[in-house]
Amino acid sequence: MYKHTLTPVMLLIGGLTVTTAHAAPDGKDIAMKGAGGVPCQACHGLNGEGNEAGGYPRLAGMNAEYLAHQLKSFKNGSRKNPVMAPQAASLTDAQVKAVANYYAQLPVPVVQAPTPPAELMTAGESLARNGRWSDTIPACIQCHGPHGQGVDPYFPDIAGQHASYIAHQLKAWQSGQRSNDPNGLMAAVAKRLSDADIKAVAAYFASQPAAAGK
Amino acid sequence: MRTLYLQPAVTLAAALIAMPLAAAQDKRVDYQAELPKSPGVGESGYHVPPPHGDYPKGPFGEAVKRGEALFTDTQTNAGEYVGNGLNCANCHVDAGRLANSAPLWAAWVAYPAYRKKNDHVNSMEERIRGCFTYSMNAKGSKVGHAPEPGTPLLTDMEAYMYWLAKGAPTGEKLPGRGYPKLDKPPKPYSPERGAKVYADNCAICHGDTGQGRHTADGKGYVFPPLWGKDSFNWGAGMHRVNTAAAFIKANMPLGKPESLSLQDAWDVAAFVNHHDRPSDPREKGDLADTDAKFHKHQCYYGDKADGKVLGTGTGN
Ligand code: HEC
Ligand code: HEC
Ligand code: HEC
Ligand code: HEC
Repeated sequence: MYKHTLTPVMLLIGGLTVTTAHAAPDGKDIAMKGAGGVPCQACHGLNGEGNEAGGYPRLAGMNAEYLAHQLKSFKNGSRKNPVMAPQAASLTDAQVKAVANYYAQLPVPVVQAPTPPAELMTAGESLARNGRWSDTIPACIQCHGPHGQGVDPYFPDIAGQHASYIAHQLKAWQSGQRSNDPNGLMAAVAKRLSDADIKAVAAYFASQPAAAGK
Repeated sequence: MRTLYLQPAVTLAAALIAMPLAAAQDKRVDYQAELPKSPGVGESGYHVPPPHGDYPKGPFGEAVKRGEALFTDTQTNAGEYVGNGLNCANCHVDAGRLANSAPLWAAWVAYPAYRKKNDHVNSMEERIRGCFTYSMNAKGSKVGHAPEPGTPLLTDMEAYMYWLAKGAPTGEKLPGRGYPKLDKPPKPYSPERGAKVYADNCAICHGDTGQGRHTADGKGYVFPPLWGKDSFNWGAGMHRVNTAAAFIKANMPLGKPESLSLQDAWDVAAFVNHHDRPSDPREKGDLADTDAKFHKHQCYYGDKADGKVLGTGTGN
């Protein structure tokens, strides 16, 4: 069960944007109406909150540089995904920047999942906070910050991200579908995780509060 | 002082060839046979401390817990004695558990011990105070010096170490102690070449100017500073090029140990230590004298960088 904090005001503003021809691209306009393709909000939600069932990540409140790097990665093929790649394919550099900035400044919606069963929680928290150095796995928080809320701009906020999406990314690194991380830092970690590790750590971070007040 | 390729007398890792624990317990071992090689990174044969969080019960367990917290979050729990931005665990990875990252369990069974650095037999308490004085730059802290002998937090840290060493043989040089000693680099190490290694492999975490990185709210370091006012001082073991090279080769970049070439590890260690940092607390106004007395090893103390003498310090 997910709590979405939508205010009517935000919804209203969402419907009122107008495109001005030849001006710098409007990030919100792209998010709401798309840039020739499907509107981003159709999948990522009206407030950029994403969706657990669809595996659509929360974008709201994430770092702008990080988001832009991801859109470029879908374009250049270092991040492969049959659903998202076509959405990024037609974006110009200016549009990438505009839509990334738009999502970055959105307030972080409350998408925090409920606390998982104790067994998953304990295993996930242990990986997150201690790692497992006997398998050369550092603690996730050593790179993603003390609460998984990210270290801008290279280490994304993974707290309060959807579990299905987190798990999917870790597997994407294992299979090579995603290879856009700087110096292979994340791939090195993901490739050492077992399926059980992935399930536990994804559930753990999904249940943690996302970065507040960024 | 830059003394190239001296045998690093003080490196702890110097004599790590020891018998793996399993073999030592096996009665059939032929004790006349050549000692087996020290196991490499990730291979078995290292002491295994009790699992994370599996604390003993009662008041002793509470002391162990406090000791661990002091070690991993020194900033919060012993902040009044810390004059930089570091935590003990920054150089003793995995809360002091990791082999080849100067693990605490290997240290525990090796003291009291004679140390050349101060020319007498040191207790464990004194060793820990030494790390406060140099690695944690205690002179720049609120109190202005390391915790006095007998301070309860030192007992808590010792309780933590004692617990980690459970079952390890006292007096043995355990495999994985210290940082593994490195072979000489093919070419003499060079801070100039190291600058590129740093930019390509380290700056993403430690920052373009070695300043480390904070979380968005600016509270504490996620990636510790490598030089400048918030790093270890000129008396810390890590300021030696050979010691830093050994640590870096075995532990950095985080999550990718042993991935740098031997040459790159030495070069980047030289680059990191070719910058100013808090002064050596043993220096009382005469840098040349301190250089001659305490820096006859592979380091840049008293040398010049960008026209400035290294060792004059960064204000704290
Ligand atoms: C048809 C559904 C859909 C639409 C429309 C869509 N996305 Fe996505 N998006 C996804 C999916 C699915 C993923 C996860 C891909 C993966 O698993 O690698 C994703 C991932 C992303 C990411 C990566 C986030 C991260 O944390 O790394 C960004 C950024 C993104 N989308 C931006 C956009 C933008 C901007 C638009 C509009 C131009 C858009 N998306 C439209 C489905 C969609
Ligand atoms: C050595 C540093 C490092 C460690 C340790 C680390 N990560 Fe990462 N992680 C990264 C980097 C860098 C990225 C960003 C990659 C990019 O730019 O595309 C990342 C990205 C991610 C993402 C993708 C987020 C998104 O929005 O798409 C997830 C999920 C993730 N990490 C989970 C984890 C988990 C779980 C752990 C612990 C098991 C962990 N990470 C440990 C460096 C690290
Ligand atoms: C800047 C890195 C750094 C920090 C921070 C640091 N140490 Fe150390 N520590 C070292 C180095 C380097 C050595 C020994 C290797 C050498 O001197 O060659 C060492 C050695 C030790 C030893 C002896 C190990 C042995 O096997 O003999 C103990 C015990 C120790 N440190 C405890 C601590 C404690 C407690 C703290 C925090 C108060 C701390 N260290 C902080 C770098 C550090
Ligand atoms: C993915 C991030 C990351 C990268 C890349 C990285 N480090 Fe580190 N480094 C860390 C973290 C985190 C610590 C503290 C370890 C701990 O607390 O467990 C650390 C600790 C250190 C320390 C000891 C602590 C101090 O402040 O002096 C040194 C020296 C160091 N790193 C050097 C390097 C060098 C040189 C490189 C490049 C070859 C490098 N690191 C690459 C994350 C990184």
